Amino acid sequence: MYRYDQFDETLVRERARQFRGQVERRLKGELREEHFKPLRLQNGVYLQLHAYMLRVAIPYGQLNAAKLRQLAKIADKYDKGYAHFTTRQNIQYNWIRLADMPDVLDDLADVEMHAIQTSGNCIRNVTSDHLAGANLDEIEDPRPWCEIIRQWSTFHPEFSSLPRKFKIAVTGAATDRAAVRVHDIGLHMKTNSEGRVGFEFIVGGGLGRTPYVGLTVRAWVAKEELLDYLEANMRVYNRYGRRDNKYKARIKILVNELGLEAYKREVEEEFAAQNAWEKVALAQEEVDRITAYFAPPAFAKLPAVSEGFEAFKATGREQARWAKNNLRPHRVPGYVSVHIAVKQQGEAPGDATSDQMRVMANIGERYGLDDIRVAHEQDVVLPHVKLDDVPAVYGALKAAGLHASNAGMGSDIIACPGLDYCNLSNARSISVANEIQAVFSDPEFEDEVGTLHVNVSGCINACGHHHVGHIGILGVDKKGEEFYQVLFGGRADEKAAIATIQGPGLKHEEVAPAIRRVVDTYLVLRRDQTEKFIDTIGRVGQAPFKEALYAAA
Amino acid sequence: MPLLKDGKVVDDIWAFAEDGHELSPGGCIVVSLGRFLSEHDQLLARNRSIGVRLLNSDDPALLASYLDQLHVIEVQFPKYTDGRALSQAQLLRRRLGYKGEIRATGQVLRDQLRLMIRCGIDAMVIAEADAEGVYAASANAFSEFYQSAADTSESIFVKRQKLRQSKAAE
Repeated sequence: MYRYDQFDETLVRERARQFRGQVERRLKGELREEHFKPLRLQNGVYLQLHAYMLRVAIPYGQLNAAKLRQLAKIADKYDKGYAHFTTRQNIQYNWIRLADMPDVLDDLADVEMHAIQTSGNCIRNVTSDHLAGANLDEIEDPRPWCEIIRQWSTFHPEFSSLPRKFKIAVTGAATDRAAVRVHDIGLHMKTNSEGRVGFEFIVGGGLGRTPYVGLTVRAWVAKEELLDYLEANMRVYNRYGRRDNKYKARIKILVNELGLEAYKREVEEEFAAQNAWEKVALAQEEVDRITAYFAPPAFAKLPAVSEGFEAFKATGREQARWAKNNLRPHRVPGYVSVHIAVKQQGEAPGDATSDQMRVMANIGERYGLDDIRVAHEQDVVLPHVKLDDVPAVYGALKAAGLHASNAGMGSDIIACPGLDYCNLSNARSISVANEIQAVFSDPEFEDEVGTLHVNVSGCINACGHHHVGHIGILGVDKKGEEFYQVLFGGRADEKAAIATIQGPGLKHEEVAPAIRRVVDTYLVLRRDQTEKFIDTIGRVGQAPFKEALYAAA
Repeated sequence: MPLLKDGKVVDDIWAFAEDGHELSPGGCIVVSLGRFLSEHDQLLARNRSIGVRLLNSDDPALLASYLDQLHVIEVQFPKYTDGRALSQAQLLRRRLGYKGEIRATGQVLRDQLRLMIRCGIDAMVIAEADAEGVYAASANAFSEFYQSAADTSESIFVKRQKLRQSKAAE
């Protein structure tokens, strides 16, 4: 994991001090809310329905035990004893007093953390593959480049008042677990014909009101040109992105209104015009210094098969199921990556209590080489666990109620906070998510269905990413009543696609039974047990599923 | 409203001449980009100092061949959330090599001074009673920067490289 040097440390401390001054001016009435707003927003402080919310950056989703314990302590000390892992690998607190915010930032700085650029119209926290450095199909670890982008984008003087927020994701694996094609800029590490690793540069993806899959502006950008090419894109967007309408201000609208070729021409002209002074001075030694922090940890030499793990799986159906659904293969023999589904029936997806955070910190420290990740599916992941330790990890998770064995399954739902917490929302999300989870309450049924991504958003701003759900649910308000539109066929991986709305919205109580009919239809239509829901839809089309959706008596 | 130049309050000797209005001989006159581009020969020939006001949608590259003869370029922040003038300032300084004054007008907020300064804006009209105090506090809120920009401060990337080189030399 990256460690701050004197420069990083100074900057984060100075930011905490600056924000303390800004909060004092606001509390004394010297600063109007109107002018405080962009300042607090650049620091992750939102004014929500009930209170201020603080969003803390977890750069590319990587934590260690010390950081996670500090996050738990902040939840106890300043909030109501819990926090919420987000779909952008961050963590949010919903009940922090404004007067306490500066102290929270100091506490975060103590563990090399901050809330810089977690909101506002700037370059947001960069996200990545939660299995980076562990997965089987990685071309190269993307995290050094995430860290370089984090540093380059932090308080960028020119790109701090963009037309709209700006999200960058980087992945280094063939399988895209970072949803790079639905980001403002997605970077997919690829090897070119000379065998050099660089980045496919994808621009203009995004969800929200107008969903788009991003377009490839350049098939391959060399590492040494990455920051300069990013600057060229950012400048074109800063100068020409629309500012007349908040809902048309994202870069996806610019790319689509100009067309890919015209956008590309603008960027290439801007890039070609950069002189030596304008180029980002990033020495290879600096890249090497940052890369060294992400060197593989000291893995033990282990056999590929663990007797202890095999015995564990044989102890019972519950253990076997958890092992099947929540473990991911690791590139080093004898190791595995563990998904901890922070999705308990009846709770908001992504919510974790401070006790659960401490349990995960302890397990990660003891059994996970002190590497703990937040996945964009709002799960926590331990990327490096010995197969031999899996029984102990499972036991500790179970004792804390964190042993849900639904990772990637129907009940592992991504949902926004919805009408219960959010002042933008039109409809409840969590209660609908809970009712859909109940459809899969029988583990045998859920296993039979297998991989299924369900995403729930409470309004068209799409924080629950319903456009990329295999099944998406969108809450809408019709004359004061909540209705839910259902979408099929979305995916956020390397085959990214935007889901299609099926038709009129369903009432709250109609949603879960309708999803059950859709899933039953899949079980009838699939070619065999290995064909996933999303692939069956791709093969047979959406019509039979739509029919099932509206087939209520 | 006070005008700050390099952090000090100074008298504003510049007057904006609306398009189509007769210009007085001599004096320090700011005109729109459109007027400058159509009348630059006459404007620059007379015995006066000329500045240009850019709308934030204007392309500063149109001034490239006249920059040596310009004393002031005004860039605008119609709303504090609109950062287009930051790109204009960076382009003027770093790409086009403009050495004269870049003056920010409009919604210039103290918390954004640091960003403006880094992009090469060296003068601003600001609605603050203690303009110099506000400038000093904002300009010095941070001592480190990851990016090189139009100001002369060294980026953290450069400082680290120098540290490495001095260590290697020991």
